[in-house]
Amino acid sequence: MKRLLLLFIFCLPLSVAAVEDIYQFDSAADEHRFRELLLQLRCPKCQNQAIADSDAPISQDMREQVATMIRAGRSNEEIVNYFVERYGDFVNYQPPLTPQTMILWLGPLLAMLGGALLVGVQLRRARRIARGEDIS
Amino acid sequence: MPPRKGLWMFLPLLAFLGLAILLASGLGRDTEELPTALAGKPLPEMQLPSLMRRGTEVRNDLFAGHWTLLNVWATWCPTCYVEHPYLMKLAEQGIRIVGLNYKDEPDKARDYLARHGNPFIEVPVDETGRYGIDLGVYGAPETFVINPRGEVVLRYVGELNDRSWQQRFAPVWKKELQ
Repeated sequence: MKRLLLLFIFCLPLSVAAVEDIYQFDSAADEHRFRELLLQLRCPKCQNQAIADSDAPISQDMREQVATMIRAGRSNEEIVNYFVERYGDFVNYQPPLTPQTMILWLGPLLAMLGGALLVGVQLRRARRIARGEDIS
Repeated sequence: MPPRKGLWMFLPLLAFLGLAILLASGLGRDTEELPTALAGKPLPEMQLPSLMRRGTEVRNDLFAGHWTLLNVWATWCPTCYVEHPYLMKLAEQGIRIVGLNYKDEPDKARDYLARHGNPFIEVPVDETGRYGIDLGVYGAPETFVINPRGEVVLRYVGELNDRSWQQRFAPVWKKELQ
């Protein structure tokens, strides 16, 4: 068991390493922003990967552009907007709330409410049965 | 447990049908095709060197007053070879095509056009891919329809051929929906 756990721990860094090119920043804060943005921007070519771990040439270009803009002192919002203007909301893994994305944001909430409702109905029914009421 | 009454009985069936319809509607969709963020907007500011007319620059005024196809191509792109004869055919019919040479080596690009023929009235060179990002390009080939006001009317990803021309380009080419 211990050995298995060790093996698992050794595997961990590999999965995080992904694509880490040679990007230098002035401060640790900038580097942190860089990593965050790379995870928030979606590769338009490969579609279900962030540009952080995509090998597509377009992702390389986008990483380069993100780095350039960070060095130029642009804010996270400016950088995300820059890509949304060019590639649409698609590239943003945090899509804004619009009529089109409503289901993304409200869907889980609705599912949860529906589930809660179902549980509630069942509970009441069970209680009534327990009290010996006739429910048929 | 006594049998459930009324419409509640059909709830799971309804939920299933709803989900089935939702998922089925997604089946045939082409997920590769993203809506362009540029539709109806002016072509991003262009200031790129010309491949053939060395020392000159290609700018947005090239697109003013004419319907133009902007084709994004490169010698490393296999589908570009496939669609090249069709571009030649369109050019012969008098359609203006500008060929953005995307992330390529200019020497190879000149060689390619010398060998396969040049359907382009002008070839701006985007070696770094910066202009490609401005266009929202994520690969090659991609083809844009630009109207005489220099606005993007259509963006098409993939091979330009008779079928895609009929389906996607013909409905908008030289037609303004006002």
